[in-house]
Amino acid sequence: MSDTTRLSVFKTYKLYVGGKFPRSESGRVYEVSDSKGNWLANAPLSSRKDARDAVVAARKAQGGWAGATAYLRGQILYRVAEMLEGRRDQFVREVADAEGLSKSKAAAQVDAAIDRWVWYAGWTDKIAQVTGGANPVAGPFFNLSTPEPTGVVTVLAPQESSFLGLVSVIAPVIATGNTAVVIASEKAPLPALSLGEVLATSDLPGGVVNILSGKAAEMGPHLAAHLDVNAIDLTGADADLARELEIAAAENLKRVLRPRTEDFAESPGTDRMTAFLETKTVWHPTGSLGASGSSY
Amino acid sequence: MTSPFEYAPAPESRAVVDIAPNYGLFIDGEFTDAADGKVFKTVSPSTEEVLSEIAQAGEADVDRAVKAARRAFEKWSALPGSERAKYLFRIARIIQERSRELAVLETLDNGKPIKETRDADLPLVAAHFFYYAGWADKLDHAGYGADPRPLGVAGQVIPWNFPLLMLAWKIAPALATGNTVVLKPAETTPLSALFFADICRQAGLPKGVVNILPGYGDTGAALVAHPDVNKVAFTGSTAVGKQIARTVAGTDKKVTLELGGKGANIVFDDAPIDQAVEGIVNGIFFNQGQVCCAGSRLLVQESIQDELLDSLKRRLSTLRLGDPLDKNTDIGAINSEEQLSRITSLVERGEAEGAERWTAACDLPEAGYWFAPTLFTNVTQAHTIARDEVFGPVLSVLTFRTPDEAVAKANNSQYGLSAGIWTEKGSRILAVANKLRAGVVWANTFNKFDPTSPFGGYKESGFGREGGRHGLEAYLDV
Repeated sequence: MSDTTRLSVFKTYKLYVGGKFPRSESGRVYEVSDSKGNWLANAPLSSRKDARDAVVAARKAQGGWAGATAYLRGQILYRVAEMLEGRRDQFVREVADAEGLSKSKAAAQVDAAIDRWVWYAGWTDKIAQVTGGANPVAGPFFNLSTPEPTGVVTVLAPQESSFLGLVSVIAPVIATGNTAVVIASEKAPLPALSLGEVLATSDLPGGVVNILSGKAAEMGPHLAAHLDVNAIDLTGADADLARELEIAAAENLKRVLRPRTEDFAESPGTDRMTAFLETKTVWHPTGSLGASGSSY
Repeated sequence: MTSPFEYAPAPESRAVVDIAPNYGLFIDGEFTDAADGKVFKTVSPSTEEVLSEIAQAGEADVDRAVKAARRAFEKWSALPGSERAKYLFRIARIIQERSRELAVLETLDNGKPIKETRDADLPLVAAHFFYYAGWADKLDHAGYGADPRPLGVAGQVIPWNFPLLMLAWKIAPALATGNTVVLKPAETTPLSALFFADICRQAGLPKGVVNILPGYGDTGAALVAHPDVNKVAFTGSTAVGKQIARTVAGTDKKVTLELGGKGANIVFDDAPIDQAVEGIVNGIFFNQGQVCCAGSRLLVQESIQDELLDSLKRRLSTLRLGDPLDKNTDIGAINSEEQLSRITSLVERGEAEGAERWTAACDLPEAGYWFAPTLFTNVTQAHTIARDEVFGPVLSVLTFRTPDEAVAKANNSQYGLSAGIWTEKGSRILAVANKLRAGVVWANTFNKFDPTSPFGGYKESGFGREGGRHGLEAYLDV
């Protein structure tokens, strides 16, 4: 055996769009460093064309994902947790580098993120009972309200919490049947890009989650104005960008979740799910059972 | 053709309502003039008679009203829910007591038939207050956490098509949850909101809890933009809704928008034709079609198109258009000259684009704003009348062959408020309802409303829900 130290194999970080791992169509990359300024990787600097491609992929996947049974969506989200558990060490390393955390603190973030997938996996087949129900209208009608996914949701992931925050904003969007176009934290995109590799091996249909790295300020305005996007989560935007994007989002009346102070370590409520749900109410006469059968 | 069954006139008495020659703004429990002294006239759209002269709120008045609402908020929100509930129960009861007066008033100011104000608008108004009254002391159990807090001052802007009902949809949940209100009624229908101010007085509602500011669009814009408003609720056009969404961008204001629609009413070949025809008529000619959730696109399965259209035209020919106060009137007046010209120009556009027009033969009164029930056949999805909201008694008829095609056509719209499905097959109802991108789906019925039933749109029909437990969320800090 030679006594030379083995040179490690770097990974080229790529986007995750439509279930595939493309580079940015623009060919651009930007340098990602750790908290001490050491080079970590060249991440794709996604363009607005990448963002549009991601919307196409998300739209294509939306009907099938929303149409899947809630049970199946729960199984798949749980599978994401299983896959993450197996790659825990990798994510601990990436989160520690990205956020300048000690190994034990990074591990706590990753563990909480894995547990968050488990929490939302359990929600898929419960949220409809919690937010919907029968309405006792004053007349002979069957009347039922049910929540339905809004559609394609653009998510500006939090800038600081590169993994726990990321998971905390993606999982509630897709748990209910939406599909997502995610702009990762600009300075710490690597855990997000690696999450794409986990999602790709978790039975999640391609296009349900699409992950872009780059500048929220560059892609955000195009996604906020995109007429085939139904909603936008502005968590990762600063106040000025959030206002600009909310104005652009009014063009087709996107549902907007404004940025707010948020501690991702705390137990989430249901409001990140309900922010991207519509309520559909269906009426039908109950009629009466006469000799002639049904009547309206 | 003279019918052997002619109707004798059956007018409801106007004497039941006493309209003053002028009304002020209702701020902090008092009627007051506008700061700049501006006034406008409200007319009866069926006769063009001036009903009253109304103070027109400007920016200074908006500020005064918001300040009054802010002052009232502290005490109102601190009241035990059970006490707030009793105020709302009082209001509901007084509305029931005065419902005939209010029905006549609404018909005079809006132009819709007394049959509708008496049997639909007013009962629903009272029911809405009654429903939300009951929530006021049960908010802990509404699924929004323990002790959910109100937002503060709600700025509410409502349309002219259901003036008092839209007021109820806005004010009842706002007050039940502990907010105070500044409400702007539409410029063509301010009277019932001003009568509601008197109901607040009779109910002993504390001053400043409800403020009413008649005015035009600029009054509404000033209210929405006011920095001390915490909640904006708007019902009206999609264009104005988008403008409001831009205005509140970057603020903490919570907003709900209930906007336009182009509802598809889908009739399958196994539908009970007679019931479907009644549903189609109700869907597009109720309130002269001036309904955001109107079934303005009829999607009929190709194989029954001729049979259905014959039946529909026959039915439309029997609708009685005329004096809205007449108890036999089916079709009343269009709300304003402006709305009439919008309807007229869209109908002209429909003809110019090649769709085939059919209009029921009926005499239109000389004075007032009228439009006879009209339908278009040979309409494609590209036609303006299949895409734009006409907000009038105009039905566009399209056809389909398969359920998938029906769903695709129904969903091919920027809007997503309502839809109808007519078929005897239960599984088809559920499958189609599931795929429609619309907030309210009526199966084998149409245009049904209830305070317990959440109402609101998908896509560009707006966001948020009014009615039911869902309607509380818009007024709670959750």
